[in-house]
Amino acid sequence: MFTALFVMTGIALVLGAGLGFASIKFKVEGDPLVDKIDAILPQTQCGQCGFPGCRPYATAIAGGEAEINQCPPGGEEGIRKLADLLGREFKPLSEEHGVEKPKSVAIIDENTCIGCTLCIQACPVDAIVGAAKQMHTIVASECTGCELCLAPCPVDCITMEPIAETVDTWKWRYPVFQIAPAALDTARQEA
Amino acid sequence: MLRKLFKFHGGVKPQTNKEQSTTAPIAAVPLPDRLVIPLHQAVGGHPRPLVQPGDRVFKGQRIGGADGSLSSAVHASTSGLVRAVAPAVMPHTSGLTTLSVIIEPDGEDRWGELDKVNYRSTPPDELRDFLRDAGVVGLGGAVFPSYAKLKPGKEGKLKTLVINGAECEPFITCDDMLMRERAGDMLKGILAMRHMLQAEEVLIGIEDNKPQAVAAVQAAIAASGQSGIEAVAIPTRYPAGGAKQLIRVLTGIEVPHGRRSTDFGVQCFNVGTAYSIYEALELGRPLISRLVTVAGNVNAPRNYDVLIGTPMDHLVRLAGPRADTDRYIMGGPMMGVRMPAFDVPVVKATNCILVGSEAMFPAPAPEMPCIRCGECAKACPADLAPFELYWFSRSKNFGKAQEYHLFDCIECGCCSFVCPSHIPLVDYYRFSKSEIWAREREKEAADAARDRFEFKNHRQEREKLEKAEKLAAKAAATREKVAADGATAPAPGSDAATPAKPAPDAAKRALIEAAMEKARQQKAQAAPKNTDQLSPDVQAEIADIEARREIVAKPAASPLPPQDA
Repeated sequence: MFTALFVMTGIALVLGAGLGFASIKFKVEGDPLVDKIDAILPQTQCGQCGFPGCRPYATAIAGGEAEINQCPPGGEEGIRKLADLLGREFKPLSEEHGVEKPKSVAIIDENTCIGCTLCIQACPVDAIVGAAKQMHTIVASECTGCELCLAPCPVDCITMEPIAETVDTWKWRYPVFQIAPAALDTARQEA
Repeated sequence: MLRKLFKFHGGVKPQTNKEQSTTAPIAAVPLPDRLVIPLHQAVGGHPRPLVQPGDRVFKGQRIGGADGSLSSAVHASTSGLVRAVAPAVMPHTSGLTTLSVIIEPDGEDRWGELDKVNYRSTPPDELRDFLRDAGVVGLGGAVFPSYAKLKPGKEGKLKTLVINGAECEPFITCDDMLMRERAGDMLKGILAMRHMLQAEEVLIGIEDNKPQAVAAVQAAIAASGQSGIEAVAIPTRYPAGGAKQLIRVLTGIEVPHGRRSTDFGVQCFNVGTAYSIYEALELGRPLISRLVTVAGNVNAPRNYDVLIGTPMDHLVRLAGPRADTDRYIMGGPMMGVRMPAFDVPVVKATNCILVGSEAMFPAPAPEMPCIRCGECAKACPADLAPFELYWFSRSKNFGKAQEYHLFDCIECGCCSFVCPSHIPLVDYYRFSKSEIWAREREKEAADAARDRFEFKNHRQEREKLEKAEKLAAKAAATREKVAADGATAPAPGSDAATPAKPAPDAAKRALIEAAMEKARQQKAQAAPKNTDQLSPDVQAEIADIEARREIVAKPAASPLPPQDA
């Protein structure tokens, strides 16, 4: 009987030591779920979700404090990806947080710009160049279209321009025919 | 000598329809009224325009400079006047525009100065730069810049150089006619490539439905007296002209997923590319024209030597299109894409203009459900499972499609050709591929934005810290200075017993004193500077104004009268 007791205690000690070692050696820094969510978010850092940036929103989703449908730039596809990742039900984009818009870049009207640097301070990705009392301009390739520069501009010289499709970004259409509902056809005939 | 040939998996045998366009020799094309030369014609970066509207250009003058690590130059196809550098509709299914140089020919067709190069005495790097600036790209249809492929592998030499004269796609005969009529010059280009790649042997693969071409190339090889070059007739089976398929047939090497043929000592070029390399090196002529087959719904199908930028309808008019023509297809019936307009220009990728009509290419039968018969898998020359790719593409499950090697698909169209349910399978794959590319672009953009955002936060933190440090250092400096002043002045009179208590107070007062003194000095310095050289009139006026100001200021300085009346 004592042998059994010793053996069990021995096993418990060895396994406990092993687990203890593993928990120190393979300690995970930060929350890997937050990283995964953050990777899906579009990184516009626009704050439309109600959090100051994409990472805080990712942390909030991981902590269960936020819904997955609060990111307008990510759109429906982003919500689908989040739903897949988190095993939650898909839900349409929440209207209070905004609507999905086509991808745009900000354009500064250089004749109107007074060089106040307010937009430079607002830009989360440093995509605006300029200096005090010098004309500012936007580095279009780095602009994420977050619209954060629109509000601080005192002379309203920034506009959002949708990005035009080029031969390089053109996509083949989905070949499945979308059949129009019959009701629509009959309505058209009656009209 | 009989060479052992190998077989690739799958493939189909569509009707070749090649005889019609091989009866007449290659014809020249009269100069059109205007040439539209898109700057972006090849794989890689967009060339930057080198001319401006109003410039006169010579034939062969560079109008688009190679930009970036993989890019190829573009040249004026004839001499004339640059009318515009503006977006024009591209020969691309999308119908979108791209920056193009529009040239009005002056009719003289005058060459500029031509640089020739002796490839035997020029270092390989210089040769590659020369070919890049001569705009030589793969003319088989992929338009990949040739200079980037003309690098021997890690060993510094190549075992086999495969020259692709298979031309498996129905209707197209431009490579066939090139080999029949210009085999000797083409061979000179092949020898140059062989020299650059240090290739041991050269195999020219030609489908056996082109006996005249095989004979012409063999005669040219015999005439040149070179050894180690062989023209091989291979069985006619679509798509034997795919690079991987031709390599398989000629050498038995199957290039696995994710590897390059150069890893196995093989590189493949089209015969048209070989000819343009000859023209570039030995004649100094950049790539400004190519052979184009005009076939299909025309009275006289034929091959033409066409200047790049010639509008397609100008070319097709020569062949006599029939009245019911309603479309142009660039390429053949299997892989070709429908053009958005009739007047789009011929580009380096245009090997064939297939003129079509409703009667000739009737709309495909309606798409039926996939019955999982597996015919497509039997036909696939890339050894893929097309039905799986179809399901994943249809359900937009792109990750899974990639797992099934979607990007090994060469879009040859064999699967759609054999599908009993008439499913346009290739359209699904193209859709999937472009979606995946778009997602990758978005992912890259998001990653870059994240990095920049994090860097901005980091920078702001750093700036805050630096500012705080600077302030602290400055405060410390003034404090020291004041302490030093205080030590010299009040030290003798101060009480030795209680030096610690009043010291902070005194120091603070001294600091405030110093700051106020500094402000006073600054105020004194900031006197208006524009009052030095004034005429007496203006000075009088100023004095007048100052006087008025004092009058106005006096009542304001006096206490306000009581409000209640």
